[in-house]
Amino acid sequence: MPEITQAQIAEMLCEQLASFAENEMVISAETNLITQLAIDSVKLLNLVMEIEDYFDISVPLNTLVDVLTVQDLANLIYKIKSASK
Amino acid sequence: MNLLEKLDAAAALRKAQLPEGLGAFGIPIEETLSATEARIGGRTVLMLGTNNYLGLSFADECRQAAHLAIDQEGTGTTGSRMANGNYLGHRALESEFAAFYNCRSCIVFTTGFQANLGTISGLVGQGDVVLIDGDAHASIYDGCVLSGADIIRFRHNDAADLEKRLRRLGGRCQNTLIIVEGIYSMLGDQAPLADIVQLKNTYGATLLIDEAHSLGVLGETGQGLVEMTGLLKEVDFITGTFSKSLCGIGGYCVSNHAQLEQLRYVSHSYIFTASPSPATIASTRAALNLLKNGCFLRERLWKNAHRLYSSLGKSGYKLGPQPGPIVAVILNSPQQALMLWNALMEQGIYVNLVLPPAAPAGSSLIRCSISAAHTPEQIDRVCSVFADLYPLTLQ
Repeated sequence: MPEITQAQIAEMLCEQLASFAENEMVISAETNLITQLAIDSVKLLNLVMEIEDYFDISVPLNTLVDVLTVQDLANLIYKIKSASK
Repeated sequence: MNLLEKLDAAAALRKAQLPEGLGAFGIPIEETLSATEARIGGRTVLMLGTNNYLGLSFADECRQAAHLAIDQEGTGTTGSRMANGNYLGHRALESEFAAFYNCRSCIVFTTGFQANLGTISGLVGQGDVVLIDGDAHASIYDGCVLSGADIIRFRHNDAADLEKRLRRLGGRCQNTLIIVEGIYSMLGDQAPLADIVQLKNTYGATLLIDEAHSLGVLGETGQGLVEMTGLLKEVDFITGTFSKSLCGIGGYCVSNHAQLEQLRYVSHSYIFTASPSPATIASTRAALNLLKNGCFLRERLWKNAHRLYSSLGKSGYKLGPQPGPIVAVILNSPQQALMLWNALMEQGIYVNLVLPPAAPAGSSLIRCSISAAHTPEQIDRVCSVFADLYPLTLQ
């Protein structure tokens, strides 16, 4: 089993994504990456590289099609980390 | 939101980003006067955004070959290479390209875009991995998506970053295709091929290089970055286009691997499309001959490139990382880039305007492409106009 939980990953992502938040916006697991954080396709591609390095995993771009929220992204990272154990 | 409303929303966003900017894209060229000049808006304009690197678009040999092919074979093949569209000329061009690269075989595609689509989607599939440079061309992205393979990006021209990602793949490296470009189309910089080849060999991956912008430009005979670095035999597959230095339209893939031939049977962009027209094939064959014997053209091109790169740098412009046939001026915003583009057009100089997301790292570019056909006087004029306009970029 992985040493980190989905909730912990989501928490880490919220911290990492703080730079995308405008004004006083609080990022939560339910925050939508595209509509609320305005992360466009290019920003998302760059964010993925940072996530790969942070968690030391490979996140294929084709696995992102169903990722809308921070929680979706956390679930994907958790799944990849679990599979790599 | 229905399908058409989604397009309306996208159009509104684009207009909001740059209300006055839409005219810069797809501006009509009323008459082509030469390899370096055209008539736009009723005026003669110096063309500095054409990818006509060797200036062969009006070469006598190419025009005569195209005319003859039309007279003898007609205007189009009306069919696929796998059916009625496989003429002797197509086969001859493949043989000539294979010989040019001293490779076992070559496949000619109808466009350079289709060459990448067909080659990549034929080489890798579900369960395989493609490792692509962060600044990869759209045709490479689309080929990867079409393939169904896992797509992983590495930071642009960063071999250490590539190694990190190869290491993570572990045993999957043997099913991994690394894809780089000889010269990158937007910033004009070259891939660190020696480092990438070393990693490819260390991790047992396969390497494809797209020489679209480096064919005719790099290497003694113009093979591209593979020739300039002496690494031709280390690269598994080379793709490229006829639409830049060769002044035609079409694309190719060459390789020493016998398995290349199998791509003819699996690449949809090869099978399910009409083959290049006889005129295109004939002019490309003539242009390839001029290209490989065109040392003097490469010398003129590089002289012009160094002259422009050096002058724009001295004027204060922020430029792409290295001099070459593509000189990218990096601006702070789309508005600033558009302002410079308009000012250059007013002075009779056409360049390419490149805005996010087409430009790398969220930048906005004025992309200049240089030709061997540009005269020193034309380049000097461009340098002078850019120098005069520099204050615009400080606003």
